[in-house]
Amino acid sequence: MQSAANEALWDQATVLFLAPMTTSDKSPHLDHDTVRAVADLARLDLTDEEVVRFAGQLGQVLAHAEKLQAVDTADVPPTPYVLSLANVAREDEPAPGLSQEEALANAPEQDRGFFRVKSFFGS
Amino acid sequence: MAAPDLTTLTVSAARDGLRSGAWTSEELTTGYLERIRSVDPSVHAFLHVADELALAKAIEADRVRAEGHGEPPPLLGVPLAVKDVLSTQEMDTTCGSRILKGYRPPFTATAVERLQAAGSVLLGKTNTDEFAMGSSTENSGYSPTRNPWDLTRVPGGSSGGSAAAVACGLAPGALGTDTGGSVRQPAAFCGIVGLKPSYGRISRYGLVAFGSSLDQIGPLCRSVEDAALLLEVMAGRDSRDSTTVSDPVPAYSRNLDGDVSGLKLGVPEEYFIDGMQPEVEDRVRDAVEHMAGLGAEIVPVSLPHTDMALPVYYLVVTAEASANLSRYDGVRFGHSAQAGSMMENYRQTRAQGFGDEVKRRIMLGTYALSVGYYDAYYLKAQQVRTLIKRDFDRVFEQVDLLICPATPTTAFEIGDRIDDPLSMYLADVFTLSVNLAGVCGISLPCGTDAACLPIGLQLIGPHLGEQTLLNAAHAYENTTDWHARVPDPIA
Repeated sequence: MQSAANEALWDQATVLFLAPMTTSDKSPHLDHDTVRAVADLARLDLTDEEVVRFAGQLGQVLAHAEKLQAVDTADVPPTPYVLSLANVAREDEPAPGLSQEEALANAPEQDRGFFRVKSFFGS
Repeated sequence: MAAPDLTTLTVSAARDGLRSGAWTSEELTTGYLERIRSVDPSVHAFLHVADELALAKAIEADRVRAEGHGEPPPLLGVPLAVKDVLSTQEMDTTCGSRILKGYRPPFTATAVERLQAAGSVLLGKTNTDEFAMGSSTENSGYSPTRNPWDLTRVPGGSSGGSAAAVACGLAPGALGTDTGGSVRQPAAFCGIVGLKPSYGRISRYGLVAFGSSLDQIGPLCRSVEDAALLLEVMAGRDSRDSTTVSDPVPAYSRNLDGDVSGLKLGVPEEYFIDGMQPEVEDRVRDAVEHMAGLGAEIVPVSLPHTDMALPVYYLVVTAEASANLSRYDGVRFGHSAQAGSMMENYRQTRAQGFGDEVKRRIMLGTYALSVGYYDAYYLKAQQVRTLIKRDFDRVFEQVDLLICPATPTTAFEIGDRIDDPLSMYLADVFTLSVNLAGVCGISLPCGTDAACLPIGLQLIGPHLGEQTLLNAAHAYENTTDWHARVPDPIA
């Protein structure tokens, strides 16, 4: 009962917050080729089912982000980071680092003290 | 000697009892481990319980106290839990992800190291949305955590394991992390106190990176005093995190006088919206009136870019996440698919190791940073972030703190939002701006809804305004009894 009431509230909130998206004429879907290209850049294998599902979900979020375009940001500098600290340095004091054994402790594959990787050009 | 009631025990009361000899750390730790064994199968707050290690540390703490050389460290023998995105050399650190199953970091996070140096005993690692990406702890790669107030509901997230553990007395206090609300929102859903310190106040060294310009570690506790206590132990400059500030760390917990007379509290109109649960608005308005009754001056204010916080956040945080998560390549640590070529191994390792939400965010961030979209999405979001930050700069010239809801609704049902990322993101709509502006915020219980689910009040302070923030929260807590409510026992 409470859940149904909450459900209705969420739907209402969704409509209010996402108005620019839901009223947009743009299709709230990224096309499948774009999803595949982005997944490729991100080194992620996707199944066909994932491509379809993520296309809809990512498209929705991006359509929502379109509302930023309405904000006037002429002459507004970007904020990549909120602090004004710059050129923070520490004393350059020699200290022991990880041993080879410690550094390799989590390696899926190792060989004679090195991380072992798969063949770059394929097998 | 009276055994303490672990369902209501605070960090400060645990400490006091240890000091006075009312109980030992071994007794406390054994008690919590037993509770975890009996209650946690229903709640799933923990991913890893330290058992013998915790008990050994507790016995060691009791020995240090008995030997009594000088002033004992402030948290000697106090059991605590830690969210599993914080690196611990002595325990696996999975970030709630399958890709880090079995990963044992070669170092410990500074914040955890400082708690350990202060004598605390780690009970274990708590559940989280995978890599802290989520608002319900349903995105955990292991199992969702349940809300102790109603096991069919989410505890919030991403620090849902820590919030649930504290809410049902599996630990007196716990660490969480807050990138867009991940301490304050679960604290609100679970009826406890959650503090998001200012950016740079606590070292992020050893916190597995998600959104590096937004991430902060924060305590989840049963009282404001406890949050102050844990903050003062963890805060301060760390040479291993160049974004920590060197401003002195006050003895926050000893400066809580509860006096708010003349304090200017701003009520931001944008935080009371038509779509929110009416009971949340009512209880928060009651809290505003309550603070006025305590002598605070109430000032209506405006943060005009509030409705831009959600899109700004999800472009900034995903861009940062896509870069940070490129390190999971199946070579140096974590899961490896053992596929034929290097490229195939990257692709399959990541496909197998990451869950849906992590994949979505990596792709969204990759897209926002890619050629042709960088200016329209990432740069634009950073520019609007400046406007959001300016809103806070301006409003803190008029008022000392802001008072508003922590979340638009109380805890929702497990499964309700999991397939609809945008509606899930809305759970953080009142907390995101605080991270974007780098200021501090706290959530504390201020009532319940018709289903007896907790409602969270949020106070927001300027950068490094923690003392004023904690003092005002303490004043509210001291004169109300919402914080004293506990959920029904869980078998």
